[in-house]
Amino acid sequence: MSDTTQDGQVLTTQDGRPLKAALGRALFREKLRAFLLVAPLLIFILITFVAPIIDMLHRSVENSIVEETLPKTVVALQEWDSGSGDVPDEVVFAALYDDMVIAVDEKTHTRLGSRLNYEQSGISSLFRKTGRRIKRMDEGEPLKDQFLAADKKWGDVTTWQVLKQFSPSYTGGYFLNAFDAKLGPEGVELKPADERIYLFLFGRTLFLSTVITLSCLLLGYPIAFLLAALPLRTSNLLMILVLLPFWTSLLVRTSAWKVLLQQQGVINDFLVWINLISDSGRLVMINNQTGTIIAMTHILLPFMILPLYSVMKTISPTYVRAAKSLGANDWTAFWRVYFPQSVPGIGAGAVLVFILSIGYYITPELVGGTSGIFISNRIAYHISSSLNWGLAAALGTLLLVAVLVLFVVYDKIVGIDNVKLG
Amino acid sequence: MSALPPYASPLQRTWFYSFRVICGLIFFFLIFPIMVILPLSFNAQDFFTFTKEMLSLKPEGYSLKHYNDFFTNPDWQQALKNSFLIAPVATLLATTFGTVAAIGLSQSHVPFKPVIMAILISPMIVPLIISAAGMYFFFSSIGLQGTYVGVVLAHAALGTPFVIITVTATLVGFDRSLVRASASLGANPVTTFFKVQMPLIIPGVVSGALFAFITSFDEVVVVLFLGSAGQKTLPWQMFTGLREQISPTILAVASLMVFISIALLTVLELLRRRSERLRGLTPG
Repeated sequence: MSDTTQDGQVLTTQDGRPLKAALGRALFREKLRAFLLVAPLLIFILITFVAPIIDMLHRSVENSIVEETLPKTVVALQEWDSGSGDVPDEVVFAALYDDMVIAVDEKTHTRLGSRLNYEQSGISSLFRKTGRRIKRMDEGEPLKDQFLAADKKWGDVTTWQVLKQFSPSYTGGYFLNAFDAKLGPEGVELKPADERIYLFLFGRTLFLSTVITLSCLLLGYPIAFLLAALPLRTSNLLMILVLLPFWTSLLVRTSAWKVLLQQQGVINDFLVWINLISDSGRLVMINNQTGTIIAMTHILLPFMILPLYSVMKTISPTYVRAAKSLGANDWTAFWRVYFPQSVPGIGAGAVLVFILSIGYYITPELVGGTSGIFISNRIAYHISSSLNWGLAAALGTLLLVAVLVLFVVYDKIVGIDNVKLG
Repeated sequence: MSALPPYASPLQRTWFYSFRVICGLIFFFLIFPIMVILPLSFNAQDFFTFTKEMLSLKPEGYSLKHYNDFFTNPDWQQALKNSFLIAPVATLLATTFGTVAAIGLSQSHVPFKPVIMAILISPMIVPLIISAAGMYFFFSSIGLQGTYVGVVLAHAALGTPFVIITVTATLVGFDRSLVRASASLGANPVTTFFKVQMPLIIPGVVSGALFAFITSFDEVVVVLFLGSAGQKTLPWQMFTGLREQISPTILAVASLMVFISIALLTVLELLRRRSERLRGLTPG
C-alpha cells in the first residue's frame, strides 16, 4: 500500500499529520491499551506462579551450601587431586578447622552434613561429631591428626571426594540422583541395583498412565459415540451422567472408591452375597495398582468423553449412510469411514488424560498403597518428609519437561485456543 | 444408530441392544460410586458398607449421626469455615484479573499474544504437585508459606486460566460495533464496559468464576503444602481423614459436596442455555 496519492502528495489526516504516522500512532495506542489490560494478570501470574516454577528449576541445580559453609576448604581442595587416592594434606585440614569453627558458631555445619548425607550416607554424623569436638582441638598441634582422632572418616578418601565433587555452586548431582546415577571416580555410573528407585518409578508412572489412558478410551469411546448419535434432547440428559462426576470433588470420588473397593467394602460384600467368592477369599482391590487404575479411570473418564464427543458431533452421518449405500456392512462403514474421522478426538482425549494422570498425586496416595504410587508421591515425600528439596526439585523438573513435551503434542492436535470447558 | 430400522437383521438387532447394555454399564460405572455414598452416609453404624438393617430398610439402620458429627465437630467446622474464607476471595481475585485480561486479549492487536497466552494458561497445564512444590519453595523464602494470604494467592493463580478461557469464549461472540456505537453516543470506556459489554459477557464471567471457585474449593495438593494447620480446608480434612483416622463422617461431608456439585452444574447449564439463546444457536 502506498501512502502517497497518484500525483505524489503525502496523504494526511484532516489536521495535517501524515496518514502513515497517525495510523501508526493509533495502532500503538491500541496495542498499549490491550497490553495494559493484560498486564495486571500477567504480573500476578509471573509472581505467584512463574517465579515459583523458576525457583524450583534453580533449586534442582543450586548447590552453594558447601561453598558458603566451608569457603576456605573449597579453595584449598582445588589443589588436591581426588584421583590420587591420598587424603589431603595439613593445609586443607587447617582450612577445614577455620571453616568449622565459624560454622559451629553459626550452627550451619549440621545443615551441610545433612545435605552431603544425600550423596554419601554417614557424612551427617561425621559433621555433627566433629562439630562437638572442634572446641577442644588445639590450633598449634597438627590438625590432620586431631581430625582423624575425632572421626576416622576424615581419613577416608571418599569423604573428601564427595566434598570436592560438591564444592561448585551448581551441581548436576540431583539430576543424576533422579536418574538413579551417581558420579563415581570413573564418571557417571548407575547406582547399585538395590538403590535404584526413580527410573523404576518413572517407568511405573508412564506404564500406569498408559493403562489408565487406554481404559478411559475403551470406556469413553462407546459413550461418546452413543451421545453423538442420539437426538440432542436425550443426549443432553445423558450428558448429566458424565458431567456430574466431572463436577464432583476429587476427594468425594476417591472416598467413594475407598468405600467400594476395600475388603469389607460394598463390592466385596456383594460378591460374597451372590456366592461368587467365599468370605475368606475377598478380593484385594485397594492399596495396590488395581485400586489406582480403577479409581483414576473413573476420575479421568469425563476428560476423555468430552473431547471425543465434541469431535464426533461434527462427523456428518451422511458419510456412513453413503458407505452403506455403496455396499459396506455396518462394521466396514464404521471402521473405514466413521473411525478415521474420530481419530482427532481420540488424540485430544488421550493426550489430555495422559497429561493429567502422570502428574496425579492425591488418588494414588490414598488408594495406591505402595505398589500403585506415582513419581509425584515421591516428590511430595522429599518435600515434606526427607526434606531433600534439591532432589524433589530435580524430579519435579523432569516431570514438568515430560508434561510440556506432551502439551506441545496436544497443542498440535487441538490447539490451545480450542480448549473448551463444560 | 439412533433407531433400529425395521429391516434390521437379527445380528444387527442383537448388536443394537448389546451396545446399549454396554453403554448402560459404563454409565453405571460413572455414576454408581457417587450415588452409593448418599445412602451409606445415613448408616447408623460406623461401617463403610451396608448393614443388614439398612438392606432390610429398617429405620434403626439409619441415622443422621454422621451429619451431626460434621456440624458439631470443631475440626470439621474449622475446615468448613476456612474453605469459605479462602475460596470466595481467591475467586474474586481470579475473576477480576482474568476478566480484564481476557478483554485485553480479545483486542485485535495484542503484542506477543501467543507467549502471553501460554504464560496465563500455564497454571492449568502444570501438574499440581509441581505447582505446589515450586510455590512451597518460593513462598517459604518470601515468608508467605503457612499464611492465609499465601494460600489465597496460590488458589487465585490456579483459577485464572479457567476465567480466561470462559470469558474469551464469550467474547468471540461479542459484537464489537456495540462498543463503537456506545462511544459514538458519548459514553466513556468505563461506562461502555459496565453498561454495554459486561451485561453481554456476564454468563462467561459467571461460569469462569464458578470454575475458579470449584478449583479453590476442591484443591488439596497446594493447600497441603502451602497451608499450616490454621488453613486446613474441607478437602484437606477429608484427605487426612481418609489417610489416617478413617471416619464415616467423610461420607456425610462427601454427600453434602455432591449436592454442591449438582447446584453448580445446574447453574452452569442454565448459563450455557442462556448464552446459546442470546447467540441464537439453539432454542432451549
